[in-house]
Amino acid sequence: MTDIAVDIIDLTKCYGDFVALKNVSLGIQDNEFFTLLGPSGCGKTTLLRTIAGFEDVSQGAIRLYGEDIAGLPPNKRPVNTVFQQYALFPHMNVTQNVMFGLLRLGQGDATARKRVTEVLELVQLTRFADRLPSQLSGGQQQRVALARALAPNPKVLLLDEPLSALDLKLRQAVRLELKQIQQDTGITFIFVTHDQEEALTMSDRIAVINDGQVQQVGTPREIYEAPQNKFVANFIGETNLIGVTVVDVSGGNATCTLPGGAQFTCPAAMGATAGPGHLSIRPERVAITAPETGVLQGVVARQVYLGTDMHIDITPTGGETITVRLQNSETTHIPGNGELVGLNFEAGSARLLVD
Amino acid sequence: MAGGVVEKSTSNTSTYAGLGVFMMLPAWAIIGFFLVLPVATMLIYSFLTKEFRGGVIWEFSLAAYDQFFFDRGLFGDDPARIEWTYILIFWRSIWQAGMATFFCLLVGFPTAWFIATRTGANKSVWLFLITIPYWVNLLIRTISMKFLIRDTGPLNEWLMASGLISDPIHIINTNFAVQLGLFYSYLPFMVLPIYASVERYNLAFSEAAADLYATQWTTLRLVILPAVKPGIIAGCILVFVPSMGAFLAPDLLGGAKNFMIGSLIEEQFKGNAGNWPFGAAVSMILLSMVLIVLTFYARQQGKEGAH
Repeated sequence: MTDIAVDIIDLTKCYGDFVALKNVSLGIQDNEFFTLLGPSGCGKTTLLRTIAGFEDVSQGAIRLYGEDIAGLPPNKRPVNTVFQQYALFPHMNVTQNVMFGLLRLGQGDATARKRVTEVLELVQLTRFADRLPSQLSGGQQQRVALARALAPNPKVLLLDEPLSALDLKLRQAVRLELKQIQQDTGITFIFVTHDQEEALTMSDRIAVINDGQVQQVGTPREIYEAPQNKFVANFIGETNLIGVTVVDVSGGNATCTLPGGAQFTCPAAMGATAGPGHLSIRPERVAITAPETGVLQGVVARQVYLGTDMHIDITPTGGETITVRLQNSETTHIPGNGELVGLNFEAGSARLLVD
Repeated sequence: MAGGVVEKSTSNTSTYAGLGVFMMLPAWAIIGFFLVLPVATMLIYSFLTKEFRGGVIWEFSLAAYDQFFFDRGLFGDDPARIEWTYILIFWRSIWQAGMATFFCLLVGFPTAWFIATRTGANKSVWLFLITIPYWVNLLIRTISMKFLIRDTGPLNEWLMASGLISDPIHIINTNFAVQLGLFYSYLPFMVLPIYASVERYNLAFSEAAADLYATQWTTLRLVILPAVKPGIIAGCILVFVPSMGAFLAPDLLGGAKNFMIGSLIEEQFKGNAGNWPFGAAVSMILLSMVLIVLTFYARQQGKEGAH
C-alpha cells in the first residue's frame, strides 16, 4: 500500500449559511501530482486553503502523513503555497524572498544561501537573484514564487492556479516544466486549476469538484474516458449527451433505447439506474456513415472549420444536436448541409452517466 | 492629408500649452500669497529692530537671533554666554512632539489596521467616527479636556467615586496633560495616512509570510511594516510638525512650567508686550528645523524610489 500524504476526511466548511465544502473526503498519495479541478466558485481554492491553514474547518479532519493538522496555524504546517498572484514580498529581492522561509526555520545565513542557489538553479533564475519582483516578468515572478515555496523542502506543495496569470504560450511551456520539477523533487503537488487541459496534461490524478463536492477522482484517462456523471462529462473536454431510455443495467453494462428506436448496450457509470438517462460520447468517437448502417440517423445542420479539425453538427431524428469531430484531410468526405447521414459509435466509446 | 493631420496636432499642442499656463495660475497664486509672501515677511521681520509697543522699526538688526542664542548679561558681557532658556524650550518641544508622535503611532497603527480590514460600509462608518470630534474647534476641545482632567473634574470624581483612588490624581498642568492634549489633537493625522497605506496592502503577503513559517510578530516586522512605511512616515510628519509648534495644548493644559516653542512665538505677537522680530526669528528657527527633517525624509524616499 502506498503512503497517504494528505488525508482529507469528511471535511465541511461553511461561511455562515453558505456551505463551501460538503463532506469532502480525499486521499492524496505520496509523490503524487494531484489536481483539484472545477469551475470558479466550486470550492477548490477553499479546499487548498484549508490544507494550507488559511481557513479553519467547520467539521472533519486533515491528516498530513498521519498527523492531524486541522488545528495548526499555517506557520506550523510543513506545507508551502504558490499563490495565484504570487504574493512576492515587493520590498525584497529574489534571494531575500526565497530565503525568507529558510531563515524562519532557523537556518543559518550560509546554509540558507546555499539552498537559495540550488532552487534558483532549479527554476533557472540564477541571473535574477538580485532583482526586485517589480523588475521581473510575470513568468519570472511565477518561478520565484515556485522557488520560494520549494526552498524549505515542504512535504506537500500547494499551487493555487499559478499559471492563470501567464499568457497561453508560456503556460503551455511551464506545464511540462512543473511536472518535471515535481518528478525531480519527489514532493507531493496539490494543484488547483479551472483549466481542464492543464489538469489533463500534468496530473497523476484529478479530483473534479463542483458545488463544494467531489464529483469524481481518477487518472486523467479515467476522468476523460469514463466520466461518472453529466457534470464531469461536460466539464472535461467536449462531449455529446444523448437522452436515452435505460431498459436495464447489469454487470456494469446498460441496455438503452436511443432516439430513433435502436437498442444499444454500453458501459454504465457506477450508480446508474433504469429509466431516462444520458449517454456521453466524445465528438471524435462518432463516425459518419451511410444512413442505413448507423445506430442513429440525422440531418447535417452545419459545419465549423477549426484548422486541424472540422466540427459537423448533426440533428438526429427525435434528439438533440450531436457534434462530430473529423480530422481535416483531403480524403475526408465532408457531408453537405441538409444531407441525411448515419452516425455510428462503438459500445466502448459511449457511457451511460449518472444524471 | 498627412500634412493636415500634423498641422492640426501641432496647433492643438500650442493651445494646450497656453491653457496649461493659465491653469497653473491659481496654484502659483496660492503658493505666492499663502506660502512665499508670509514666510518672506517673517524672514525680513526677523532681521529688523523691535518697536516697544509691538511692530517693527525698519532698521537691520541681528538682535532677535542674538537674544535667542546668547546671553550678554545686563551690561553686555563679552564674550557672550550661550542662552539656554530658549534652547531648552526648543528641546522640550522636540521631546514633547516626539512623544506625541510615538503615542499616536502606537495607537494609530492598530486603529488604522482595524479600520482598513473592515468590510465595505463598516469602513466608512469607522472612518467617520474617527473624524467626528474634529468638527468641533480645537480650542473648545482643548478647554473641554481641561475641565475633564482637572482635580475636581469628572475623571477624578469618577475614579474617587468608584473607590479606585482616595485623592484626586493631579493631571492638569503636567507634562502628561500636554501629551494627552497633543495626542488627542493629532491622532487622526496619524490614523488617516496609515489607513490609506494599509488599505493598499495585499493581505496575501501576510498569508505568504505565515505559509513560510513566520510568526505574527515576524510578519509585522519584516513584511507589513516595510509595506506600509510610507503611510507611517507621512503620519509621523503630520503629527510631529504641528505638535512642535502647538500652543493651545501647552498653554491650556500644561501651565507655565510646560512652555513650548509655539507658546513662545504666540507671546511675542500678543498685545503690546511682544517682540515681533524675536517671534519671527524663533519661527524661522522652527521652520528650518522642520525643513531639515523633511529634506532628510525626501532624500530617503528618493533613494528608495531609485531602486
